[in-house]
Amino acid sequence: MFVGPFMLVFALVFLAPIAYSLYLSVFRTQMVGGTTFVGLENYAQAFADPQFWEGLGRVSLFLLVQVPIMLGIALLVALAIDSGRLYGKSFFRISIFMPYAVPAVVAALMWGFMYGTRFGLVGNINDAFGVSLPNPLSPDLVLASIGNIVTWEFVGYNMLIFYSALRVVPHSLYEAAEIDGAGQWRVISAIKLPAIRGALVIATIFSIIGSFQLFNEPSILQSLAPNAITTSYTPNLYAYSLSFSGQQYNYSATVAIIMGLITMVIAYVVQLRGMRKEA
Amino acid sequence: MSTLTAPARPAPRLRTPRHHSVARPRRSPLLTVLTAVVLVYSLVPLAWLLINATKTQEDLFSSFGLWFGDSFSLWDNIVTTLTYDDGVFVRWFGNTVLYVVVGAGGATFLAILGGYALAKFDFPGKRGVFALVIGAVAVPGTALAVPTFLMFSQLGLTNTPWAVIIPSLISPFGLYLMWTFAAEAIPGELLEAARIDGAGEFRTFFRVSLPLLAPGIVTVLLFTMVATWNNYFLPLIMLRDSSWYPLTLGLNAWNAQAATAGGEAIFNLVITGALLTILPLVAAFLLLQRYWQSGLAAGSVKE
Repeated sequence: MFVGPFMLVFALVFLAPIAYSLYLSVFRTQMVGGTTFVGLENYAQAFADPQFWEGLGRVSLFLLVQVPIMLGIALLVALAIDSGRLYGKSFFRISIFMPYAVPAVVAALMWGFMYGTRFGLVGNINDAFGVSLPNPLSPDLVLASIGNIVTWEFVGYNMLIFYSALRVVPHSLYEAAEIDGAGQWRVISAIKLPAIRGALVIATIFSIIGSFQLFNEPSILQSLAPNAITTSYTPNLYAYSLSFSGQQYNYSATVAIIMGLITMVIAYVVQLRGMRKEA
Repeated sequence: MSTLTAPARPAPRLRTPRHHSVARPRRSPLLTVLTAVVLVYSLVPLAWLLINATKTQEDLFSSFGLWFGDSFSLWDNIVTTLTYDDGVFVRWFGNTVLYVVVGAGGATFLAILGGYALAKFDFPGKRGVFALVIGAVAVPGTALAVPTFLMFSQLGLTNTPWAVIIPSLISPFGLYLMWTFAAEAIPGELLEAARIDGAGEFRTFFRVSLPLLAPGIVTVLLFTMVATWNNYFLPLIMLRDSSWYPLTLGLNAWNAQAATAGGEAIFNLVITGALLTILPLVAAFLLLQRYWQSGLAAGSVKE
């Protein structure tokens, strides 16, 4: 009775589109001949598509570098705030969390301006010191620049997840550890980290999903760095360009489904690994 | 019955008396300074935004980014932002508020109902519902976006507010949070007592359970609000008509205007508009701190 409304809307906005995109992915629409059933041909095309692989490689690299850095910083800050050794800890907590309230569009625009050599900070530094820093929006560096934006947006959010988990660790454990003569580092590695494993796994899974879905930041920076960011820069951007500029709905649905499957498999593996150690 | 309707009050913060050296250690200036590096990193872009919202377009190009320019034109910028192009910014603001109130409000309402039911009732298929919802979190936005767009366009919903609102109504994370929160916050005996007093399920829900769920509701509401307020991808594909744009799309359109041939560059308005866009959310988070922090802490108990 209470779940009914949720499930009804859920079916409309989640289940129906998934079913529809599976349906789309096995057809092909052509100028001549109309829509025909092609079986798995679209999938075969995607697996042989260099643009798709390039985008996938890019988000995988992003995942391997950006996610550990972001979660590492978030964890260190959460531990620092939880340790009670900081002056003004609630100020730290709320301020570091604040970027989460900034829309991705605003964050990307803001950083995009700051990266800019015209009136951005990079330009200012170049002028002030007579140096020429590499342009953060050049093709070589733009991925790192995007990584920085995403890190900025989500460090505080992840920190808060870790911090909330740390808060509910029973204090009797710390007291017992102290009686046993354990130092701070030992308390962290033997009590705190195992206690928040669930939160670590959840944050990792959300970050993996986020990386594979990377879209907003590159899409917005595109107008500031048109040469560096192509229409197939990430798989998500590729799927978007395919359907809304190229009208290739069937192939676009296929790319999206493949990305969805890859994401789910990786998230599932992370969850299994994370939870197995807990047992 | 009146004894059962406790006023909504946030759960008290856990304040365990702390032990001397592990639990209440000396404050460390070194650790404070190290953490302050992250703090500066978090706040500098916001400071940059605030400072540059006070500059004219000429000053933007001529003055140092992290300090004020020759003129202080914050007020002029705000007025121009609100009136530019017949006040289209105000229109976008109104659209965003509409999407947030209906979308985030609806999402929270559905999450409360669903989470409450999952926590407090046994019904067939309960495990199935849970598995389905958690699985849904992993589905990428684009896998849904393209088919949702095609479906909605056949229903004639694209380019209307409904196309943005309907998909915002589902928040799997909100459902999960409400579920863990309801399991903790509502004692089963209280529901039993209400039923024995002859209260129907809906009456019990509204009079007994809702007040107890208040901190969790604020938390879910804040997170769905952020998600809706910041939504970019969904309106981007669903809306063609700029009079239905939310703020995020509008700002991006203003920014892109400089790149189009013959378009007027209005970077000062983009920056001031960005500042006006984030202010309501920042204010909401600051004012409702007590609620969402206790709500989050309770949500993480179950993990």
